[in-house]
Amino acid sequence: MTPQTRFSGGFTDAPVQAAHAFRAAMTVMARPGEKRQLVGATPPDGLSIAAGTLLLTLCDPDTSVHLAGAADSPAVRQWLTFHTGAPLVPAAQADFAVGFWQDLVPLDQYRIGTPEYPDRSATLIVECGALDLSGAVLRGPGIRDAARLAVPDVAALQSNSDLYPLGCDFFFTSGDTVAALPRSTRIQPEG
Amino acid sequence: MAEQTKIATGDRRAWLGLLARAPAEALAALWSDYGARPEFQWLRTPEIGGVMVRGRAGGTGAPFNLGEMAVTRCALVLADGTEGHGYVQGRDKTHAETAALIDALMQTGHADAVRAKILEPLTRQVQAARSARAAKAAATKVEFFTMVRGEDQ
Repeated sequence: MTPQTRFSGGFTDAPVQAAHAFRAAMTVMARPGEKRQLVGATPPDGLSIAAGTLLLTLCDPDTSVHLAGAADSPAVRQWLTFHTGAPLVPAAQADFAVGFWQDLVPLDQYRIGTPEYPDRSATLIVECGALDLSGAVLRGPGIRDAARLAVPDVAALQSNSDLYPLGCDFFFTSGDTVAALPRSTRIQPEG
Repeated sequence: MAEQTKIATGDRRAWLGLLARAPAEALAALWSDYGARPEFQWLRTPEIGGVMVRGRAGGTGAPFNLGEMAVTRCALVLADGTEGHGYVQGRDKTHAETAALIDALMQTGHADAVRAKILEPLTRQVQAARSARAAKAAATKVEFFTMVRGEDQ
């Protein structure tokens, strides 16, 4: 019997697991409309495995994190602070925000960067019930012809990509899989 | 599982500080004499990093960065759910593991045995080393004084 504590579930072999997770995150961001497995961490209730692994991989004391909705529990806060040291902040200051879509909206509360520094924008980790490669049509860098991804709100994501080169980037996580939607992708509703 | 908040912060700070500063060899010798090896699981495997040590001139001046030092840290949990944290100076991962195990044991029923067999001898060793060094330094101390020159008469 393994004792479970509030700090259990981190990487057991941090350099290797974080490198694998980073590779998966880079691949899905470079190829919108593809999904990859993302495992390694076992976060407390409120975060999916993919979202927890992504946070352990990308966050450190220099990246601020906003927890929205069900993700904002004392268990998740303690776990994330122990493993990453990332400061927890309101949405307007966040480098990363994590939660379900209905808890994360409206999108205009997140940083979109400045014309001089478009990288100073938020990356949203959106928890989804399922990740389907169907639905909205994606076109743009990293996509041959067109790809499909079921996204929560096409209109909001269209207005985000209209801000290019500013705007937010999105990871979609469900269970242990991840897909991504960078701001450079043009998105159209199905049909 | 030990209730961590019931243990006085000052006590825990004292033993964690002692374990952090103690020479790795001295601690390893006492730990191997102690014998018992509790089962544990890693929460955070030992990792080496650097911390910036800050100081204040005379203890009251403006803070300044004195320099970086290597620190090894780890965290583990015993079979009964007690957490132990080890932060030690230097790059010795075994030192950090021993410190974390002792921190965990100090929160369990073994606290008195650990204190008598490890912490107290270690305190004596560290204090002996410190007073030997202070005595050596004191022997080279030069007293400066000014002769009365008669100007204020």
